[in-house]
Amino acid sequence: MSGATDHLPRLLALVPWLLAHPDTPVANVAREFGITEKQVRADVNLLWMCGLPGYGPGDLMDVVWDEDRVTLSNADTIARPLRLTVDEALALVAALRTLLGVPGLVDTAAVEHALAKLEAAAGGAVDVADVAVAPDTVTDPVVVSTVADAIAAGRRLRLRYWVPARDEATERDVDPLRMFTADGAAYLVGWCHRVSDLRTFRLDRVLDLQRLDEAVDVPADVRQRALGTGTFTPAPEDRLVTLELDPPARWVADYYPCEEIAEREDGGVVVKLRARDDAWVRRVALGVAGYGRVTDPPEVAADVRDAASRALAGYEHPGAKN
Amino acid sequence: MAARRTERLLNLVICLLHTRSFLTADRIRELVAGYDEAPTDEAYKRMFERDKEDLRDLGIPLETGTNSAFDDEPGYRIARRDYALPEITLEPAEAAAVGLAARMWSSASMGEAATRALRKLEAAGVELTPLPEGLQPRLEVSGAAFPALAEAVHDGRVVQFDYRTPGAAEPARRTVEPWGVVWWHGRWYLVGHDRDREAIRVFRLSRIDGDPVAVGAAGVVRRPDEVDLATIVAAYDAASPASIAQVRVRTGRCLGLRKEAVNTSRVDDDWDRLELTFHDAARLADEVLAYGADAVVEEPGEAVAAVVSRLQALARVPV
Repeated sequence: MSGATDHLPRLLALVPWLLAHPDTPVANVAREFGITEKQVRADVNLLWMCGLPGYGPGDLMDVVWDEDRVTLSNADTIARPLRLTVDEALALVAALRTLLGVPGLVDTAAVEHALAKLEAAAGGAVDVADVAVAPDTVTDPVVVSTVADAIAAGRRLRLRYWVPARDEATERDVDPLRMFTADGAAYLVGWCHRVSDLRTFRLDRVLDLQRLDEAVDVPADVRQRALGTGTFTPAPEDRLVTLELDPPARWVADYYPCEEIAEREDGGVVVKLRARDDAWVRRVALGVAGYGRVTDPPEVAADVRDAASRALAGYEHPGAKN
Repeated sequence: MAARRTERLLNLVICLLHTRSFLTADRIRELVAGYDEAPTDEAYKRMFERDKEDLRDLGIPLETGTNSAFDDEPGYRIARRDYALPEITLEPAEAAAVGLAARMWSSASMGEAATRALRKLEAAGVELTPLPEGLQPRLEVSGAAFPALAEAVHDGRVVQFDYRTPGAAEPARRTVEPWGVVWWHGRWYLVGHDRDREAIRVFRLSRIDGDPVAVGAAGVVRRPDEVDLATIVAAYDAASPASIAQVRVRTGRCLGLRKEAVNTSRVDDDWDRLELTFHDAARLADEVLAYGADAVVEEPGEAVAAVVSRLQALARVPV
């Protein structure tokens, strides 16, 4: 697309948005549209040169600047946003349909009403029936909704959790910080008071849970680490490892708390995460072999390559018992 | 330069929305600011043709017609009822669901489309309240395959794509009448009628190479009324036969694999042999790989090949 065909849709959305939000600080407009304040000013300066043929004072759009706040008027012709395009309608409708596949996360009736309204508003651009969803029948909706509510309310949870590797049920208090889905399962990331560290729990392994009255109480940097939005604060005992992840290995970025996540064009990501020990990094990197690689620090990258070579040796000499 | 072109296009949209009668190209040249820059009739014609095309590409419904039977030259206008997003109001719980849905996309293009849609809804007066930061349901990355297939389903067009079948060395071209896209246990699937195999087939979107291409006319494909897409995918999933894999594991290690084994036998002092059931060689490889040199797949060959090629890729990572 040329510059103009990217730019025009933004202006056609900006005009009704400004009409609906008079006297808005320019910084808010910039945040809403994902552009710089300078671009907002350039857009607004372009708008008040436009209007009805004749282009006299009553024909052009009016702009009032009150210091850093902007108000737009006299733009009745384009006061309504342009209808949704096929990809816009599809992006919302398909995602809403899949929300129905995680029972307990959101109010199912609300999703169905929203779908019906969007389908009507899209005026034939999308048909809800084109995207079907099979609900997750493994995870208990009550567990999902309790966790989602506890995150929203900032309340601690008491979990009875099944640890498959040891085949035992453990009880622990967890400050819930983040919930995500990957590969058809729902997960909780939280501060586990039993081990005093961040842990990821698969919700279909939660045997029982209870919301406690205690408020979530974690330092800001732990929260940021859990949300993957934190900035790196060096801690001498932990190593920071850079992992490049292709799309099939992207789940790693969701699964493990990352210090930094940078998106790649192809849907992959480059993440920095804190390594508990080298054996742990080896296990993660081997698990995503072919779709992910350690790029830094060099000695950890070398260690992972060695581990891969050792594993390969088991195949090169059939029957070898190295 | 670009800003002036945007300005001209915006003035054109405003003019064509405002007019009730059709305006001829000549009249538009006189009326709309910016076209006076065209030095010749020929230059104007090219400019206007390009502008019309851009507006249509953006989904702006440009109408062509004449005002009376005596006009021989067609004119243009934009009907407001086709242009504008219809009235829409969302209750707070509905708006929250829409906001959450918009951030589920992992792929940049669908994520941006969702954001643009949200802005239009807000511009139409829908109140979107901020959501708790920690809720992050996500969709599988599907590249361009998802929007291309969904659009083909919607338009009722046949699609062609290159598909990798597990076990086959090369992807094969498939020609499919698409019936619908299904989200099933964290993955996207396409359900449709495979024209070459003359049967209903289920395809995993992550196994499609490159971008699917819609071919032929719109409206050719109709989903049969009795079809239940989710049921077809569920049946396909259940029908993929479970096979037995043999994995050699070091004594005292690989507890996770041992737990899933249907049979364990001793090889020697250092190794045991596990029998594991699996549906998908790629998933078996995912599981075994994490154990590194402590687990060696012996059967089936397909899983051995997958593990070996992925280990080679990792061992060869340039420094």
